[in-house]
Amino acid sequence: MRKYVPKDNVQKKAYYTDRFHVVPRVPREKVIDTHFEATVFNLGEYVKDSYVEIGQLVVHIDANDNFAVLKILKEQCGYTQCSEQSAVDYLAKDGEFELFWQMLNVNEAKRVRVVCRLKEGLAIESVEPLFKSANFAEREMFDMFGIKVNNHPFLKRILMPDDWEGHPLLKTYPLFGDEFASWYEVDKIFGKEYRDIIGPENRDPGKIDIEDTKRFSRVGYEVPFGTEYNADEEVEVAYSETALVNYNKKTSKQLDERR
Amino acid sequence: MQVPNKLTPFFENLNFERDDNTMVINFGPQHPSAHGQLRLVLELDGEQVVKAYPDIGYLHRGIEKMAENMTYNEFLPTTDRLDYIASTSNNYAYALAVEKLLDIEAPRRAQAIRTMLLELNRIISHLFFIATHALDVGAMSVFLYAFREREFAMDLMEDYCGARLTHSAVRIGGVPLDLPANWLENLAAFCDKVDYEVEHTYEALLTENRIWKMRLEDVGVISAEDALSWGCSGPMLRGSGVKWDIRKEEPYELYSELDFDIPVSDRCDSYGRYRLYMEEMRQSTRILRQLIPMYKETEPQLMAHAPQYISAPKEEIMTQNYALMQHFVLVTQGMRPPRGEVYVPTESPKGELGFYIKSEGDPYAYRLKCRAPSFFHTGLLQKLLVGTYLADVVTIIGTTNIVFGEVDR
Repeated sequence: MRKYVPKDNVQKKAYYTDRFHVVPRVPREKVIDTHFEATVFNLGEYVKDSYVEIGQLVVHIDANDNFAVLKILKEQCGYTQCSEQSAVDYLAKDGEFELFWQMLNVNEAKRVRVVCRLKEGLAIESVEPLFKSANFAEREMFDMFGIKVNNHPFLKRILMPDDWEGHPLLKTYPLFGDEFASWYEVDKIFGKEYRDIIGPENRDPGKIDIEDTKRFSRVGYEVPFGTEYNADEEVEVAYSETALVNYNKKTSKQLDERR
Repeated sequence: MQVPNKLTPFFENLNFERDDNTMVINFGPQHPSAHGQLRLVLELDGEQVVKAYPDIGYLHRGIEKMAENMTYNEFLPTTDRLDYIASTSNNYAYALAVEKLLDIEAPRRAQAIRTMLLELNRIISHLFFIATHALDVGAMSVFLYAFREREFAMDLMEDYCGARLTHSAVRIGGVPLDLPANWLENLAAFCDKVDYEVEHTYEALLTENRIWKMRLEDVGVISAEDALSWGCSGPMLRGSGVKWDIRKEEPYELYSELDFDIPVSDRCDSYGRYRLYMEEMRQSTRILRQLIPMYKETEPQLMAHAPQYISAPKEEIMTQNYALMQHFVLVTQGMRPPRGEVYVPTESPKGELGFYIKSEGDPYAYRLKCRAPSFFHTGLLQKLLVGTYLADVVTIIGTTNIVFGEVDR
């Protein structure tokens, strides 16, 4: 039977997992009696869940409240820098993205991660008026995941070309690129009419084209550079002699004989 | 006359022809002062920049995508290609993030070696900064001198790990090798050399140099508030008067035991940042000198003992059956960290380099986000360049010290 490959997550998976393998969880500590208590108190109603994970406060909020929460964090709690923001793709499992903002308080050396879940196809409010670093970070999030950001001053692709199709960090996007990616450069440089002549771009770095005699030598024997490839030619494989073993001398132990 | 085709279309400067008299020029992506593949679209009124639009992505290799398809140990050499000027700081930031996720700590000797390598990489990166920055501004001799010392530092790296640029000198859980013979003596000699050269060559050539001061003073002024808002870190933040260094505030490795100062400049301009870089090199040599006796007191263990995640030492693998089995599983399947997420910031030479890792318990990271300092410093250019003169653009790009390996990832 053919192996079933899920289409909603084409990233690499473990080829073997023990039947009794139990995945532990990184311990989550309570916020009470830590130096994050005041932060959670200030956020009040907005907090859906909060805990301390590996030394940093994690606050779960509703996706609609992100601007209000970051505003409180900036103006009342002293988190004056938004050092990073991005998303995690949970479309296959839950049909939503997980967005996070990594906040830094330079006066008290505290870090908070604000986390929210956003349904597929919905847009998030831009925090660019509060933190200018969001200008590039939100553009990158849009480019990589296709998450629309409301009221962003210049929401445009940032790392990929403007006319690119697809969002590379989605779990549905294959590592070597999709159909569009394999034709992008051919179409761009030569034009669509050259597709038949050039063929799709090969993004597998380990691929060997045996008909390409300019970049690959033949397996087993040598030919001059650029010799035409002829599929019909029968060439006896001959190896060069070494001091220790003569591979050309057929003995019963050699694999060719056993076939 | 230019012959336009699909690869090189011919654009008339349409805006310039119109009545508002601004000119749009393309700076890069192939420009010697663009520090890599930076394309800046500048709108000029006379010689003054009215609008700047940094266009990046010419070096995008999808490193975060690759991380989702590689086991944790497989990905480590890929991090070399982020900030390729100081590779070990990337390796280390990634290794530290995974170690925090696994809740393991490297043995003390590994910590001493890592701290040494980090500071050595900081010197390499700062030497590269002063070399290229001075070259951009027009002081060519500094470039030659600084690259001479950088060669010595890279020789030290080569002695340790065999590579000069893409080191991969750190492993998850420790370091692969102990220091080779005579390395510490060479390091001490190198520290003396750097201290001497910083004072007698770079600073003697530049600090009071009239042209250098005219080109740098009051150019690229960032207020502390702007620097925080735009996500600046490292020397860009300290150059604006914010005393923030992750080595001091959120110490990792041996930094909490070391005695060093955090230089801060409240000039907020390129000249202040240049002074800051010089002072940071002195502090780095100061740290390295303290580390030499600290290293000698440590036990010889190099990798953390965590059989579930990290292979046993070679002797055990060769002699003990169970160690060999675990090694086999770790090599073929990869380690499986617990489910959870972590963000670990480190102070790389460029600023705050952090790795966010989301693990679902698989051998492959569910999501890895690399928080690169240069990415945000590039974003700042659209604010910083407005109102400056075209000649100052290269100075400002130089002073931000951006590296496109980590901007585009």
